[in-house]
Amino acid sequence: MTAANVIFCGIVIVTLTGAFLAVWLKNVFYNALGLILCLFGVAALFIYLDAEFLAVVEVIIYVGAISIAIIFAIMLSRPWFTQHSRRDPAKLSRALISATLLFAGLVGVLRETHFPSVESGDVSIAGIGKSLLTTYALPFEAVSLVLLVAIIGALVISSPKERS
Amino acid sequence: MNPASLQSYLLISSALFALGIFGLLMRRNLIAMLISLELVLNSASLNFVALNKFCLPDKSLGQVFVIFIVALAAAEVCIALSLILWFYRKQETVNVEDAKELKG
Repeated sequence: MTAANVIFCGIVIVTLTGAFLAVWLKNVFYNALGLILCLFGVAALFIYLDAEFLAVVEVIIYVGAISIAIIFAIMLSRPWFTQHSRRDPAKLSRALISATLLFAGLVGVLRETHFPSVESGDVSIAGIGKSLLTTYALPFEAVSLVLLVAIIGALVISSPKERS
Repeated sequence: MNPASLQSYLLISSALFALGIFGLLMRRNLIAMLISLELVLNSASLNFVALNKFCLPDKSLGQVFVIFIVALAAAEVCIALSLILWFYRKQETVNVEDAKELKG
């Protein structure tokens, strides 16, 4: 086992540990911190996959914006004081069984499928920019419109005045 | 776990997906469910990037798709958090089982 393999395994373990902490712990604030750990791990995996730009995007948008917004909402709603309800074992086992079945199914499909390997292509950031502004210009504009509508919608929904 | 094989990335992303679904089914806190949903979206983007690297001649297609996923996740989180905060102000709870009334 080479050093590169050990580092890769470390990143995988960090990612999966973060994901586990993000779903298992009862304190929602710790969940958000686990999510941040997991997102850093996914960003490192993106670097392994020749997608440096996406790694930076992942850290800036997910860690810098989305996780901070989630922590902001946790702070505003104080759920960890009011909600320490006990876990229902029946519900827990149902969720565990469904997730395990899903995982087993996915692993089975992965083992059966043969993925053809292709090695050519332009992996540079310039290639991404070119295709965003030529082939995928229309979806790009649509996504910007969606973001604008989402911002306006969030402002309208969370405005403090009571609507009748 | 080998950094040069497609299978290991697909395994990681299936594990993330299963963990996210597990959290969605188990947790009753709306914010914790949102966090699990983020895990599911991340596993989808990891899948896209992995298959993009190993199986696609046009290497920018998967990355563009992941940029769209990130943008839509940002929009989704923005709307969902404002709805959760509005619900919290109305009901003083973020438990999903208390969200029983449809009238706003």
